[in-house]
Amino acid sequence: MTSGAVILSTIFMLGGIFFFTTATIGILRFPDFFTRLHATGKGDTLAVLLCLIGLAIYEGFSLTALKIVFIAVFMALAQPTATHAISKAALRVGVQPWMKGEKEDDSSI
Amino acid sequence: MIRSSEDIIIRTVSRILVPFIQLFALYVIAHGHYSPGGGFQGGVILGASLVLLLITYGPSDTRRHISGKSVAVFSSLGVLIYSGIGFICLLLLGNYLDYGKLSGILHVTPAEARSLGILGIEIGVGFTVMAIMFSIFFDISSGGKPPEDEKE
Repeated sequence: MTSGAVILSTIFMLGGIFFFTTATIGILRFPDFFTRLHATGKGDTLAVLLCLIGLAIYEGFSLTALKIVFIAVFMALAQPTATHAISKAALRVGVQPWMKGEKEDDSSI
Repeated sequence: MIRSSEDIIIRTVSRILVPFIQLFALYVIAHGHYSPGGGFQGGVILGASLVLLLITYGPSDTRRHISGKSVAVFSSLGVLIYSGIGFICLLLLGNYLDYGKLSGILHVTPAEARSLGILGIEIGVGFTVMAIMFSIFFDISSGGKPPEDEKE
């Protein structure tokens, strides 16, 4: 294990942790359902991808790294689709999107 | 009530992902006797892939691929495999599920016979769990009523 790979994987992991943190702040601070879903759907996908790529780099060329890459591909496909499905279902059952100037809606989480 | 999704993104992604989910389930079942996983977990993943088909394509489309009769056959087949292997061991003068006695009819060493016997048990458990998981989800989601095209 060269130290360059360790440094590179650390940079990726720190980037992943940064985006996890911003996604969590987004859930806590955004005003309604759709904006919160927007924060998690994009932020968590990127964060998971960065963390998994960092782990794969740390592992080097091995079967474990290949499995991690498979998980990353699965995540990149499944997570945006799940977000899309949830938001479409919410729109269909009549969750009202937040408009500019309205008060923050605490009831719909 | 579950309806078939019109959305092309959801339909396409689930159509791409379902074969890979089922392949992973077979991997979990096949590696069950010397790594984490096994019949139950692999069967649950197989059942989850069928549930993904159900919530994407709706009950009537899914019923065409997996009928109520085939669910019953698969759940019984798993129990038959499990208890059949157990009773074959009884017939070969061993205890119930005493895989070592299978070495006589499989023409392998007792250690290999134990490994193969456990694999057979895992496959039986996987069949039953897959069928029951799908059946539970289908019956709850349809409220016990058959889908529209099966009413007649």
